[in-house]
Amino acid sequence: MDETIPELKSSAREARGWVLRMIHEAGSGHPGGSLSLVEVLVTLYSSVMRHDPDNPLWPDRDRLVLSKGHGCPILYTILAMNGYFDKDELLTLRKLGSRLQGHPSMNKTPGIDMSTGSLGQGLSAAIGMAIGARLDRRDYRTYCILGDGEIQEGQVWEAAMAASHYKVDNLCAVLDRNKLQIDGHTETIMSVDPVAPKFQAFGWNTIEVNGHDFKELLRAFKDAASVKGRPSIIIANTVKGKGVSFMEGSVKFHGKAPSDEELEQALKEVGGGEQ
Amino acid sequence: MEWKLKNMRPGFGEALVELGKKYQQVVALNADLSSSTTTHLFGKEFPERFFNCGVAEQNMMGMSAGLASTGKIVFASTFAMFATGRVYDQIRQSIAYPKLNVKIVATHAGITVGGDGASHQMHEDLALMRVLPHMTVIAPADYWETKKAVLKVAESPGPCYIRIGRTDCPLIYDESYEFNIGRADLLKDGEDVTIIAVGLMVSKALEAAEILSKEGISARVVNLSTIKPIDKRMIIGCAKRTGAIVTAEEHNMIVGMGSAVAEVLADFAPVPQRRVGIPDVFGESGESEELMRAYGLTAENIVENAKIAISMKR
Ligand SMILES: Cc1ncc(C[n+]2csc(CCOP(=O)(O)OP(=O)(O)O)c2C)c(N)n1
Ligand SMILES: [Mg+2]
Repeated sequence: MDETIPELKSSAREARGWVLRMIHEAGSGHPGGSLSLVEVLVTLYSSVMRHDPDNPLWPDRDRLVLSKGHGCPILYTILAMNGYFDKDELLTLRKLGSRLQGHPSMNKTPGIDMSTGSLGQGLSAAIGMAIGARLDRRDYRTYCILGDGEIQEGQVWEAAMAASHYKVDNLCAVLDRNKLQIDGHTETIMSVDPVAPKFQAFGWNTIEVNGHDFKELLRAFKDAASVKGRPSIIIANTVKGKGVSFMEGSVKFHGKAPSDEELEQALKEVGGGEQ
Repeated sequence: MEWKLKNMRPGFGEALVELGKKYQQVVALNADLSSSTTTHLFGKEFPERFFNCGVAEQNMMGMSAGLASTGKIVFASTFAMFATGRVYDQIRQSIAYPKLNVKIVATHAGITVGGDGASHQMHEDLALMRVLPHMTVIAPADYWETKKAVLKVAESPGPCYIRIGRTDCPLIYDESYEFNIGRADLLKDGEDVTIIAVGLMVSKALEAAEILSKEGISARVVNLSTIKPIDKRMIIGCAKRTGAIVTAEEHNMIVGMGSAVAEVLADFAPVPQRRVGIPDVFGESGESEELMRAYGLTAENIVENAKIAISMKR
């Protein structure tokens, strides 16, 4: 708990290396939307969330729903780095019989709180968890990670309405605002801007940050926790493929594994290849 | 057997471009998967008639219904998971019930989706679509049948669902093949048992027939690419001639093509039937061929079931 900024940065470097190696080994997967989430998930699991890797089903743990389930390589990596399972297991991603499915499965992987993969459904589940905490008089918090293409799904807005209606202030969403979806830029495919005013109109507290800046993220999660009576969303401005020059801002690496040469080059750039 | 492989999906994309040239009323909709579904080909050629709806499939189906009501021939496309289950009610209420001219072409159906795992492996789509009145349901066997089916359904107004897979698959046909809606295709004649297959399982059925013939068993093979309206005459004829049926599909064994065949047999020509398909479980991540083996979608399993069906004859 409460790692220093240099420690967080070092974890992020290691995490990027694992994400690249595991997707390369699998031969398929989603590097772009995993790399954009590195700092968000490192911050959450290192310094924000209450959780116990030895007791993944601890009833008082904070919950996390990765609604953009295709980003699971980075979540698996963070879980492994926190001791939920061996890091070597990361290299079994997407293989027959592996606990690490191509999209998160809560019945297979320790530390996964909700099965996802079909976009647009996670925020609703997160609201259910938040209301469950209230019913059970538990003080755990629920986090939900959304993609910016994902919020084109209508269900996200049904959930946005319900979250403020039920005043779930124990819920904090994070929007991975990397500006890209599969077919291109979100604003040319199906514009989602302006995002913050939309959530504000639905009754949410919004906080906008640089999603790769640990200081800003730490402060945002703290601020979100202090807001009462309504849900919060952190709009994390990120870069898809962050850390690898030829993946940054590129739709090509939304759902494509790096080749041998690309992996070598990418590992050099992220400096996470030495573990 | 040695197969030449070719992906089915470009069969759809290329046919769609041909249709776009032929008919001004053809429009195409997609939900952030235009390259994977190959509808980007149409988008490039006819940008003003191509609508990328973003990650919002329910809205795409509703928009398709509205466009169809203005006389357009509408092709709506995404992965099978999101083209059926996600939007079932939109299809039922806004497309099937009003009998609108929307062709839903779904790619990435079945276990051969592979690494993406259970959340993306659609084994229920044939079931969901075939219980809808007014809906035509087609599962082509290869690239050529996909292309011909897409061209053909454009000529026939009304709701239609076409299911295709992700992987490269064996070529069963060539350019001369003529596809007819509602007509099953007898690929190989035989006396002892009939194997009725759809999609990728058609090639496995032909392989099974070859294995069986080496053991002295003569098997018919039928490609039942139109699941609805179903070719009753073909199924009844096979039942009467061979007296035993095996069905094979990359779909849940419940309520898929095998069940549709069983309904015809029960009503008109009861003979023993065995079904090969996904045994009512969710899938998982893995390589396509490896998964087909793990879930019994093999020529060997068809052979075994053919023998059981034959042994059940009275
Ligand atoms: C309901 C649904 N429709 C379509 C898909 C296919 N799909 C997977 S990722 C993706 C794009 C998502 O974009 P975004 O949310 O921006 O993710 P990121 O950029 O963070 O990777 C799509 C359309 C899906 N998984 N679920
Ligand atoms: Mg995005």
